[in-house]
Amino acid sequence: MINVTIDNKAIQVPEGTTILKAARMAGIDIPTLCYFELDGMNFENKPGGCRVCMVEVTKDFNGKPRRNLAPACATDCVEGMEVLTASPRALNARKTVLELILSDHPNDCLQCEKSGDCELQSLAARMGIREIPFKGEQTTYKKDTTLSVYRDMDKCVYCRRCETMCNKFQTAGALSGVNRGFPSVVAPAFEQKLGDSSCINCGQCVQVCPVGALTLVDNIKNVMDALADPTKKVVVQTAPAVRVALGEEFGMQPGEIVTGKMAAALRRLGFDRVFDTDWSADLTIMEEGTELLGRLKKALAGEPVKLPMFTSCCPAWVAFYEKNFPDLLEYPSTAKSPQGMFGAVAKNFLAPKMGVKREDLVVVSIMPCLAKKSELARQELGNGTDQDVNFSLTTRELAHMLKQCNIDLNQLPEEDFDNPLGQSTGAAVIFGATGGVMEAALRTAYEVHTGKTLPRIDFEETRGFQGIKEATIDFDGFPLKIAVAYSLANARKLMEQVRNGNPNGYHFIEVMACPGGCIGGAGQPYHHGKSDIIRKRMEAIYREDSGKPIRKSHENPDIIAIYKEYYGEPCGHLSHEQLHTHYFDRSDKLEATK
Amino acid sequence: MTKVKSLADLKAMREKLQSNLDVREKAEHPESLVQIKVAMATCGIAAGAKQVMEHMMQKAEELNIPAVFTQTGCMGYCHAEPTLEVRVPGKDPIVFGHVDNNRADEILTKYVQQGELVEGIIPVNYETIDK
Amino acid sequence: MAKYKMHILICGGTGCKSSNSLQIIENFHNILAEKNLADEVQVIKTGCFGFCEKGPIVKIMPDNTFYTQVTPEDVRRIVDEHIIKGRKVPDLLYTNPENKEHVSDSKHMDFYKKQIRIALRNCGFVDPENIEESISRGGYEGLAKCLTEMTPEQVIAEMKASGLRGRGGAGFPTGLKWELCAKNKADQKYVICNADEGDPGAFMDRSILEGDPNSIVEAMAICGYAIGATKGLVYIRAEYPLAIDRLKIAINQAREYGLLGKDILGTGFEFDIELRYGAGAFVCGEETALIHSMEGQRGEPTLKPPFPAVSGYMGKPSNVNNVETFANVPVIITKGAEWFSKIGTEKSKGTKVFALAGQINNVGLIEVPMGITLREIIYEIGGGIKDGRQFKAVQTGGPSGGCLTAKHLDTAIDYDSLVAAGSMMGSGGMVVMDETSCMPAIAKFYLEFTCEESCGKCTPCRVGNKRLCELLEKITNGTGTMEDLESLRNLAAVIKDSALCGLGQTSPNPVLSTLDNFWDEYVEHVVDKKCRAGVCKKLMQYVIDPEKCIGCGKCAKGCPVETIQRTDYIAPGHKLASFHIEASKCIKCGACINNCKFGAISIK
Repeated sequence: MINVTIDNKAIQVPEGTTILKAARMAGIDIPTLCYFELDGMNFENKPGGCRVCMVEVTKDFNGKPRRNLAPACATDCVEGMEVLTASPRALNARKTVLELILSDHPNDCLQCEKSGDCELQSLAARMGIREIPFKGEQTTYKKDTTLSVYRDMDKCVYCRRCETMCNKFQTAGALSGVNRGFPSVVAPAFEQKLGDSSCINCGQCVQVCPVGALTLVDNIKNVMDALADPTKKVVVQTAPAVRVALGEEFGMQPGEIVTGKMAAALRRLGFDRVFDTDWSADLTIMEEGTELLGRLKKALAGEPVKLPMFTSCCPAWVAFYEKNFPDLLEYPSTAKSPQGMFGAVAKNFLAPKMGVKREDLVVVSIMPCLAKKSELARQELGNGTDQDVNFSLTTRELAHMLKQCNIDLNQLPEEDFDNPLGQSTGAAVIFGATGGVMEAALRTAYEVHTGKTLPRIDFEETRGFQGIKEATIDFDGFPLKIAVAYSLANARKLMEQVRNGNPNGYHFIEVMACPGGCIGGAGQPYHHGKSDIIRKRMEAIYREDSGKPIRKSHENPDIIAIYKEYYGEPCGHLSHEQLHTHYFDRSDKLEATK
Repeated sequence: MTKVKSLADLKAMREKLQSNLDVREKAEHPESLVQIKVAMATCGIAAGAKQVMEHMMQKAEELNIPAVFTQTGCMGYCHAEPTLEVRVPGKDPIVFGHVDNNRADEILTKYVQQGELVEGIIPVNYETIDK
Repeated sequence: MAKYKMHILICGGTGCKSSNSLQIIENFHNILAEKNLADEVQVIKTGCFGFCEKGPIVKIMPDNTFYTQVTPEDVRRIVDEHIIKGRKVPDLLYTNPENKEHVSDSKHMDFYKKQIRIALRNCGFVDPENIEESISRGGYEGLAKCLTEMTPEQVIAEMKASGLRGRGGAGFPTGLKWELCAKNKADQKYVICNADEGDPGAFMDRSILEGDPNSIVEAMAICGYAIGATKGLVYIRAEYPLAIDRLKIAINQAREYGLLGKDILGTGFEFDIELRYGAGAFVCGEETALIHSMEGQRGEPTLKPPFPAVSGYMGKPSNVNNVETFANVPVIITKGAEWFSKIGTEKSKGTKVFALAGQINNVGLIEVPMGITLREIIYEIGGGIKDGRQFKAVQTGGPSGGCLTAKHLDTAIDYDSLVAAGSMMGSGGMVVMDETSCMPAIAKFYLEFTCEESCGKCTPCRVGNKRLCELLEKITNGTGTMEDLESLRNLAAVIKDSALCGLGQTSPNPVLSTLDNFWDEYVEHVVDKKCRAGVCKKLMQYVIDPEKCIGCGKCAKGCPVETIQRTDYIAPGHKLASFHIEASKCIKCGACINNCKFGAISIK
């Protein structure tokens, strides 16, 4: 421990603590802008570039004052250090730096998607900026959009969070600093459009952007129009991670479960049927679990088969391996994602049941995710003229839509989903957290494979925030080797192992792109780096699971029923046609629809 | 190509190569050296000045005399060619006429090394040639 | 091999090369061959002599004759007269500007008198493409001494005792830097030579690399031995093709001679050098940015710590020194720290190479002992201000430095005194200005440079410098206010206090030092809307004196924007009505002033 004095307050901190963190321990909140950390999730952006957190070191390691101001986020405390975080000199620099940033910012807050959620806006308010003394040239860039991400780099403050996310956390390599000096900006190389780059539409750049430079592609109007169209029937599905985060947008504590209120709210918005992606998550487990057991059987029989099998629920992950590992396209499961399966069931099975043509059935999904907006446009997820899922909204868009329609989640009763695509198990809800798909699949695969009831239903080894989790599961004598990863940098490590002959002998690997899985998705309410929020969401996911009467996908009565009535058996002919997909070599980096 | 395999090699190589740069090294501080200017006009060359200069340079090296040889134009003693001017540090320059190989040796061994005057001195009334 | 009686040294540095020195060399070869003198006279292409103002330079040895501004046509005369007949060619000799006398020996030229050449010791003396010439001058003896007689600790101790400080600008003690790197244990370490010289007009490092590449090769190997590295990397800008060529030749020859590679001099020590090319970004001279650039990353600085000595190239301990710093190392080893530390001042030992430029008579490359005064450099070595004008300021330290005035002329210059005076040593740029320089415009010039060269990473440098530039633009175009001057000062101070790297922290220096030393000139621009140097075009007004104007109309005819009209006033004694310039339309091209034969037009 070392002794430091911050704003005349003496504290002890562990060695290696930055001034910023030491100050926070002492209850002093130094403002930051570029600095961004997801504690325990292997993400830190610390370029020391914005210079907002500058503090005055009045006594440094040598007993003398430091010549220049120090960035609190990137300066480690040393024994005996004395720091002033709000001296006139530090305040003047902080304010001037902020004024400089604002002098190259459009300041069109009223029309900005980020308004009310913008870190620069809050900072300006906090620092009491009333005018911007510097007038001069402002940088302008071409606007650019993919199916998921909208870029307005005029608003970029060059914090580099997106770049770090894209290159360090995801290793997608789509965004990096370009240009020099004043026109410096984060962009794809060679003035490419983001859609033509190696971008995988994970949208995490949007999640971490402090300002409105990177935002989502807004589909609220599309959905409102469909709802208002009397010739259309509109059904909606909601992903597992949405129910543990939507409440945050209505002032509830992170981790509050709003499943019933959400169903009620969607009904108030005028959706004809309110269904649940959890239902199709159970369906996914049936298909994917069966596929896994099939591959294992072949492998045990000595037949050539691709192992390990990877999960395929996460569309950013799918885009990632299509773009980076085209030689390994046969490894991932061919099962569609739950969103995709729901769309296929809705358009093929439900539409006739409801007595509408598939074209007149509009399928909307509510997702924690930006990549889902791109996924639904994949050519194999439609019949050529009509996509299985028509629109995907994020948790944030749903909240906006509700607010526009004067619906306050707090005031609503809890209601149930509609049937038959509404009932789900605990196995489905944990899809929302990293390791959840693995756990759900294990619950079913174990029982199907061994014919025995699981001695314990909770697979603790797949839970938690470790970037790569590994375990060997005893499948009644067969040691099943599994791995679970979130962040595509971790997935890349596993893929490279597979490329090099799978030395660890994995059989099954789950991959999710976002921090902590879908609960940390790019479509979720902005967490602004407060990793506790993501942790609370994960706790809620497992709470929801343990409270469910049925917790194994193969025991979901509606799933059993649809196989009986329609699909026959998992991985059968019809399910192959409707519930499975195939992958493309996209090493040319073009967007998924092309 | 010769490789330098040890410190001794390097030193030997320097020794060997150093004389190649003598012309330049010595020019850096001529005042501390014996300066010998050879009149190298047509008359001088015709009288064998070139050959004498070459001989003398070799001899100086043999005798380990730190000398710097330059050539100069006609000194005006066409009757006494080849002529050369020798300036030993700390002494006035002296011009010698009718210098052949033998006399050149003599100038080096007697005048330069031992300070004895040798035959053939041409009295001059200016300080030095070619400022 | 026949012994040459005469050596002709011809500058093959970039400056003289562009004035056709290669043709001069060729002519010498041809004419000497023609005269049957090829065996007697050796022609050597050397590196820079420094006196670039008077290039191309040809030096004849052993007569130590220094010919200036030689053209290829002069070669025949030099051969006929000097080489054959031993007569110097007077009109090619340097002429002392004061007494108009010819000076044949460089030692007697003012330009060279006060110089002490340590880093430049071989420049203009040896053939940089021939390692043997280097060896015969004692090259690689320093390395040999280290490997055979000294432990790495002793080498570091010697470097520390010498007091050598980094010549790249910041002046960090070199021995200490080596020691910090040596302390870190790693399976691989790197010696990095920073040859990303970027200050406008500076060419110290280029000249050393072009003129004496072997010293750098030797020094890097010495450093490698001291810190425990087997790999050396030279980060050199691709715009230095000649330096790259010469360095490559030196490295290859050193390998052939066993002075690089495995088991050097039979001691078991291994060291080799590779080149890495930079694209000339100024910020890549900052060591962390340089390392990132070499790694293939975006060339931008990162925070220190970690220092490169701990985590540098590829995350391995690395020692980065500048070219000129390295050039001093072999001599310090062979002649000893004591010898070196006798030169210079108490805290700044040795010499410093400066690129002398601007409105001064003798432009060129000079190496002077630390502690010399600006006055000695400007008036003795530099030969004073051009055309007898008044000295106004001298800018040291490149775009990161400041402008010093007449009151600083007698300051003994070293790292610390320059900082105390509000400027810095920098890498050695020295630009002399006279009364025709406008200080706000000079500040703007440097700010434009730093704006262009900022990596953009931190706000103060990316946006702040841009805003400084815009404020200076306002001031120099006559729309500035006194509030702008306050804003300028505050912003400059904040940038200095809060920017991330050395480039940003020093970029406001030209502004701050001119504000301090030339406040009146700023106020004049803002309040009186006047530029006393007549540089700021927007503040100039062309006026015709109606009393002097004879009404010839030549000015009006030559005016490209037809803004000069005849009035109806006829001055006493003249026959025609005078002309008048309509100021609002005038583009200040100056054509009218050149056309007027009667001195009737002036700038106000």
